[in-house]
Amino acid sequence: MDKPFAITLDPGSSLANRTGSWRTFRPEYLDRLPPCNAACPAGENIQGWLFHAESGDYEKAWQSLVENNPLPAIMGRVCYHPCEGGCNRQHVDSAVGINSVERFLGDEARKQGWKFAPPAASTGKRVLVVGSGPAGLSAAYHLTRLGHQAVIYEAAPLAGGMMRFGIPKYRLPREVLDAEIKRLTDFGVELHLQTKVADVLQAMKDGFDAVFLGVGAHIAKRAYIPAGDANKVLDAVAVLRGMEGHDAPMLGRKVVVYGGGNTAIDVARTARRLGAEEAIIVYRRTRDKMPAHDFEVEEALQEGISIKWLSTIKEAGESDIMVEKMALDDKGFPQPTGEFERIEADSVVLALGQDADLSLLENVPGLVVEGGLIQVDAGMMTGHPGVFAGGDMAGSERTVTVAVGHGKKAARAIDAWLRGEVYAPPPKPEIATIERMNSWYYSDAPKTMRPVLDIIRRQSTFEEVLGGLDESNALFEARRCMSCGNCFECDNCYGVCPDNAVIKLGPGKRFRFNYDYCKGCGICAAECPCGAIRMVAEEN
Amino acid sequence: MLKQTEGSRAVAEAVAMCRPEVICAYPISPQTHIVEALGEMVKDGTLSPCEFINVESEFAAMSVAIGSAAAGARSYTATASQGLLFMAEAVYNASGLGLPIVMTVANRAIGAPINIWNDHSDALSQRDSGWLQLFAETNQEALDLHIQAFRLAEELSLPVMVCMDGFILTHAYERVDMPTQAQVDAYLPKYVPRQVLDPGEPVSIGAMVGPEAFMEVRYLAHAKQMEALELIPSYAAEFKSVFGRDSGGLTHTYRTEDAETIIVAMGSVLGTIKDVIDEMREEGHKIGVLGITLFRPFPLARVRESLQGAKRVVVLEKSMAVGLGGILSTNVRMALSGLHMHGYTVIAGLGGRAITKKSLHGLFRQAGQDALEPLTFLDLDWNMVNKQLEREKAHRRSGPVAENLLRDVGVVAARNY
Amino acid sequence: MSFQPVKFYQTGTFTVGNRLLPPEERSVQASAKRFNSINSGHRACQGCGEALGARYAIDAAMEATDGQVIAANATGCLEVFSTPYPETSWQIPWIHSLFGNTAAVATGIAAALKVKGLSQNPKTRVVAQGGDGGTTDIGFGCLSGMFERNDDVLYICYDNGGYMNTGVQRSSATPPAARTATTMAVGPEPGNVFGQGKFVPAIAMAHNIPYVATATVADLRDLEAKVRRAMEFRGARYIHILVPCPLGWGTPSQDTIKMARLAKETGIFPVFEAEHGEIKSVLAIRRPLPVEDYLRPQKRYAHLFGKTPALATIAHIQELADRNIRKYGLQARKEGH
Repeated sequence: MDKPFAITLDPGSSLANRTGSWRTFRPEYLDRLPPCNAACPAGENIQGWLFHAESGDYEKAWQSLVENNPLPAIMGRVCYHPCEGGCNRQHVDSAVGINSVERFLGDEARKQGWKFAPPAASTGKRVLVVGSGPAGLSAAYHLTRLGHQAVIYEAAPLAGGMMRFGIPKYRLPREVLDAEIKRLTDFGVELHLQTKVADVLQAMKDGFDAVFLGVGAHIAKRAYIPAGDANKVLDAVAVLRGMEGHDAPMLGRKVVVYGGGNTAIDVARTARRLGAEEAIIVYRRTRDKMPAHDFEVEEALQEGISIKWLSTIKEAGESDIMVEKMALDDKGFPQPTGEFERIEADSVVLALGQDADLSLLENVPGLVVEGGLIQVDAGMMTGHPGVFAGGDMAGSERTVTVAVGHGKKAARAIDAWLRGEVYAPPPKPEIATIERMNSWYYSDAPKTMRPVLDIIRRQSTFEEVLGGLDESNALFEARRCMSCGNCFECDNCYGVCPDNAVIKLGPGKRFRFNYDYCKGCGICAAECPCGAIRMVAEEN
Repeated sequence: MLKQTEGSRAVAEAVAMCRPEVICAYPISPQTHIVEALGEMVKDGTLSPCEFINVESEFAAMSVAIGSAAAGARSYTATASQGLLFMAEAVYNASGLGLPIVMTVANRAIGAPINIWNDHSDALSQRDSGWLQLFAETNQEALDLHIQAFRLAEELSLPVMVCMDGFILTHAYERVDMPTQAQVDAYLPKYVPRQVLDPGEPVSIGAMVGPEAFMEVRYLAHAKQMEALELIPSYAAEFKSVFGRDSGGLTHTYRTEDAETIIVAMGSVLGTIKDVIDEMREEGHKIGVLGITLFRPFPLARVRESLQGAKRVVVLEKSMAVGLGGILSTNVRMALSGLHMHGYTVIAGLGGRAITKKSLHGLFRQAGQDALEPLTFLDLDWNMVNKQLEREKAHRRSGPVAENLLRDVGVVAARNY
Repeated sequence: MSFQPVKFYQTGTFTVGNRLLPPEERSVQASAKRFNSINSGHRACQGCGEALGARYAIDAAMEATDGQVIAANATGCLEVFSTPYPETSWQIPWIHSLFGNTAAVATGIAAALKVKGLSQNPKTRVVAQGGDGGTTDIGFGCLSGMFERNDDVLYICYDNGGYMNTGVQRSSATPPAARTATTMAVGPEPGNVFGQGKFVPAIAMAHNIPYVATATVADLRDLEAKVRRAMEFRGARYIHILVPCPLGWGTPSQDTIKMARLAKETGIFPVFEAEHGEIKSVLAIRRPLPVEDYLRPQKRYAHLFGKTPALATIAHIQELADRNIRKYGLQARKEGH
């Protein structure tokens, strides 16, 4: 075309004009820490595995999950999911049902027979793990992944620790527990049952380079209650442990449980299932002070368990107990009132907490024990080099998830220690708070509720109370994830740039800024739903 | 084929033979008959394919033509007077973008006071718009010029305005020689646009041009018009070979060979002037006339060549540069730079005032004796003018001029003040 | 709703794309192969809503016509920032003639295409575009003419509520109380006066043309669906897109989309579509907000939020928004998924 001079121009020729020089701020992609991940005691990359679940690639999601936690099917049942407490979605509608998706993945893995990715090349190092509870299993798993031979010594005849002897079946069916333990032994973890370690240093002489202690806390705390001969005063640990034997404990028609933690709830609900007509929890403070999780209290109440708040047991008689009413003082502590009441009771179960049995450590030099807890450093190492500890014996927050986290952390520290190094965790990126996100973009989608077993069966059987999600609602739930702080390729930055200065790199490859043309307006950062772009001042 | 027909109809038929593809129509006297006739031809299918668009204003008319021309369609419209002024912004734009639109201007005075009759004020107001401007002397020439205008416009990628006197030509029934479609087709090639809006080869037309190139763009517009000066005589010659008659070109001279007095004029008044010249020649006056066919680009060299032998030049024009005098005469004077001769400007026929042979006889004789004022208003009613001037001297608020004058001539009933 | 919302997928309907959506459910803008009808290197201000709106709209038109679009452009920001000699950002055939004649130029292009048989096969289509000044004021005569003749043109108005290119003066689309260079925030009634201005989409509907719609740069899928729908009609069509202007509104450059979203969510700017003069759908408010949320971040309304807030004026603007909500039925409704 013989075009007129200057008036008529060739298409797209403005590429010659590099508007990037206008910029005073530049956008940068980054991965922020999703609050769920930040809240997970096991250090799971929840957003990371949900990312794969969202696409329906459940095996990849599971593989991603087990990079941090080898027990998803267990965790999906017994974890108190602090992740959901941190979930930013609660500011939109309700938190993502992370726990239910985790369980779905765990169950799917059992169904499909998914296996862990092969471990690293063998280092030739052997690490003794004492105890096969969640901390021990987690430590053994991670040590194995890192190429070390993990050998578990377990005193009990069955593996699982408190997961088996503390958590009732209706919350954690034993076939689930067995399956996940079996996957670990298949993976190469050596498990020696009925092998009690009386002296750690002695045991280490069996050719171990390091040891991880995860013996838990099995010794029930007692409270002095004057009791007549005939009355049964039991402890919760013994009751729950007894559930794993051939004969269920005899608790009688009316059972009183003393305490306010999750264990108290577990015992009361167990008593109900064993046929107790009445299961009463006696607790000295009020409901809002109760350490048990609210949903467990709720489930217990649904099952007909009653709770006597602000009460202490003064004495246990033959067929009843004496309870004193308490009142909270202005500091919130319960004080006796001198008012008494008698309650019928065939047995009293004390659920007042547990202590760790530290006898195996008696002759280990350098150890520090405070408040019944063994003291460890940031890498879970005790005062004695090469001796690491985790789980209930080393932490005041005694949950399966915390224990799993301890096991992982200890394994990494042991790995470093074996190489003569000190484990330094990678620095944590800043948290993707809701303020750093643009929640407008998330479709309204309330949480999917898991099916709950009907009440009659909950009161009479040990069937699992909470059901699982099926494939379609697990997918829905996974897709409720807002991918906080991590690009999920929604194309917003690519679309909203007025200067076409975002380059789409293709599926799974995210995006790149074209700084030749980016004017630094910041729309991409403002409209990024998940807060994965930040604006940084240009130096010049 | 010879036929007796109205000037507008003759032009419409000639335009139709040029196979315009888009015609934009908006009524304004005295061009309306042209687009009416074209509209009918499109509606009855005589002129096909063609889009006839009844637009909402002259501004839209030219704008639609800009769009259609840029999209590669041969585009035509017609207007006059106020209409031309209303489209003025688009008139400049069409030439600036280099779009070969052909437009008839049925010349008419510009208000206020509103006046529908003929003079050249409208077309000459657009003399610097970048359009080529051709002035027709007769209806025959008007229709011939339209055929040449399309050829010129499309060759140069510039718009062309064909000017014909309103009413005097547009509404006059005269005998014309209508060309055949075959002749027009032989003369006028298919429109091949220089630039076109085409998704297959996209361009941006109408860029903003700053100080770094604007002067050059303007110069190139001038250079293109200079090119037209070369092209037009050859197109006229070719026209003659196809159609067998002289039409168009730069200028026409009549009895100027030995003339001491040469009259310069444009449009239909040339006929009257020629009659007067014939009569004066009979009496032995050495007088002739130079008719300007091409006003833009202005054929300076040709005008100079035509006038340089004369002793005096009288430019008689139907336009006026208020506060200066003539428009055509200013242009002619530029052609005569350095020549020593008498030059007279005569403003005549504004707003349809008749230019009579009698008045011209008187005027030319006076000129021959160099007894003419440098700026003369032909047949001005001095009595009327002086009365108003006196009124204005006496009363600061002397009322509207036009109404006062009309009252003076008895058209409006007298009122007491 | 102008489009089928994406059945729940995390952000499906609201974000530009999403890695897991099937391609047919993604927006045109999500495609790596989108046309980028207006290319990088244009000289629009940082965060320009019009540059964004123009790419959204023209790319959608290109998609709907297999790349057969010719555009006519009014004088204004869009023209000036896209085509200063010696560079143009347009990758499509494009013409700029004047400020006030864009609709007529487009009519001419459409007529040429029709007469040459190009409007049928391949079906080249014409889009005219201009700002609110070029549309609702100086170009209004030509626009109305194009409408009433039902010329085969899609006219898109990018409304930023003023003459921004010339330094933020009032247009007939400037909202009441807004400060512009010709409606300064001084005197007893600071800013633009109430009771003036016009809403051209309603006037367009009064022409009974086949399709009229409003949209914002905050609702991409809606905008694209409307362009697509507009391209299904022959005849005159009009889409009025709200495009916030950081310069003229006094908002941070990153908030352009947010401001458009607020305009829609507060009811200030009704988003709807109409066919043959009848409203066919509205984009309901999703999270209702008071107009103050929209006004407060804009410096052009700063005089409303001085030491003594202009409560009566804010209430008046709220009334206008409420009227829109009633008139167009914009009330929030439950989101389906």
